[in-house]
Amino acid sequence: MSYRYEIRLSGEGGQGLVLAGKILAEAAAIYDGKNATQSQSYGPEARGGASRSEVIISDEDIDYPKAINIDLLLALTQESCTKYSKDLKATGILLVDSDAVTECPEGKFKIYRVPIIESARTKLGRVVVANIVALGAIIELTKIVSMDAIESAILARVPKGTERINKEAFQLGVELGKELLA
Amino acid sequence: MKADPKGVLTGEHYLDGDHACAEGALAAGCRFFAGYPITPSTEVAERYVSRIPMVGGIFIQMEDELASMAALVGAAWGGKKSMTVTSGPGFSLMMENIGLAAMMETPCVVVNVQRGGPSTGLPTMVGQQDMMQARWGSHGDYQIIALSPASPQEAFDYTIKCFNLAEKYRVPVLFMMDECVGHMTEKVVIPKPDEIEITPRRLTKLAPEKYLPYKTNGDLVPEMIVAGTGYKIHSTGLTHDERGYPVMSPGTQDQLVKRLCDKIKLNADDIIEIEEDQTEGAEVIVMAYGITSRVTLPAVFKARKKGIKVGYIKMITAWPFPEKRVRELAKKVKAFVMPEINLGQMVLEVERCAAGQAKTYHVPHAGGWVHDPEDIYQVIEEAVK
Repeated sequence: MSYRYEIRLSGEGGQGLVLAGKILAEAAAIYDGKNATQSQSYGPEARGGASRSEVIISDEDIDYPKAINIDLLLALTQESCTKYSKDLKATGILLVDSDAVTECPEGKFKIYRVPIIESARTKLGRVVVANIVALGAIIELTKIVSMDAIESAILARVPKGTERINKEAFQLGVELGKELLA
Repeated sequence: MKADPKGVLTGEHYLDGDHACAEGALAAGCRFFAGYPITPSTEVAERYVSRIPMVGGIFIQMEDELASMAALVGAAWGGKKSMTVTSGPGFSLMMENIGLAAMMETPCVVVNVQRGGPSTGLPTMVGQQDMMQARWGSHGDYQIIALSPASPQEAFDYTIKCFNLAEKYRVPVLFMMDECVGHMTEKVVIPKPDEIEITPRRLTKLAPEKYLPYKTNGDLVPEMIVAGTGYKIHSTGLTHDERGYPVMSPGTQDQLVKRLCDKIKLNADDIIEIEEDQTEGAEVIVMAYGITSRVTLPAVFKARKKGIKVGYIKMITAWPFPEKRVRELAKKVKAFVMPEINLGQMVLEVERCAAGQAKTYHVPHAGGWVHDPEDIYQVIEEAVK
């Protein structure tokens, strides 16, 4: 049976959500051989302002490029959680940063609260890799792309010299995801 | 002629439309790029800048878009395949020199990654509002070629086509992308250099003393030279004769301007590329271009499921408009439906060519986002009544 899986990564400008979306989509399209479209929406600010990045993964042609019936929403700020959760499926997953997001919308979807940004800060000493921590948790929760694919895609996209910390960040995210499922 | 291997990044890549456009330009042999950064087109320049030192060529960041376009004209006459990239506000500033390029018959490619306007409008958000400006933006009578891609793969493929058409017809070719395609990332397959067909410049074989820069040889497009190679020529924005010298007379004007238009109009069949699906026997035909040609598909499929005979035309070429085909189909269908991210531009062409034989429906969107397919479906349902 054909499928269309929609992911929206949201937060504020500067959190690396566009990059995270590109990594996830590239893992699906190049390394796992599926169809994947990544798109984005952000304001003119370099930092701050609501930002979102969307990934559609399918085994068919992707005509409509935007997310309209979301399977997984990541929210790293309260504003993005409130603003972007309307299209979340009843069977979907809402993954939020537990410090940044205090009020979650009501719905039948599953809600997971994880200290994504705080974990990046305390365990890795770098808030900047929070996007990759989030990716780890998302892959563990959804298994939407293979581990080999996502690891290859991360290494292909992150700046040279940051491979190790990004690998650690991804692993940390996977562990956080495992704790949620335990 | 095949592509120069140095410019071709053969293989599977995951690129956004802007980067794919830059790769298409490099594969097509573009070795001169002058531009001024503007969202959402800057990534084309960034990609080109990062690659050109390895390929060999020139990128220059100009003081503004007027100068960028002027530099393009100069570089083309210096023998380079040249391009610039911009968005709405910069496109407005380029208009004067686009007209100069058309008048001097200068091959070059201008990419417009369209955002919402007018004026500064929506810098980071999608629009398709410069389509009529592409056709009519510079003053005077001239014909232009404009293409529109719907994916990063098409951004690669049709950038090459833009360069080939520019060389074949010696005209500025406008690549009317949109923010959605420019900032959308998908798989792009780049072929091997020997699989990419490249149109070379139409250089003269005549000796300098026999060469006249605007003398044609039956096919409406004169042969060119490379400046600085011994040919003493004059090229100007003033109305000129075969020698390129200004001649202020209605007769010369008639001959020159008609030829500038005819070289595109009479070759429309060669230039125009459209994709059709189930147009034979259709009651309604949905026509779209750029990102909207994709956004439209869920509406088309839904209508077909409900038993409506819907044909679909994706316009890769916007200008010259596929007039002949629309006129033929207008005799057979009830209506045309055109969604576009503006309040009514290319639909005016559909309406003109349908000429009252079929009804024309527009699905407008002021910009900032793509259509909801349901809005398009509703209009299809109304059109079939």
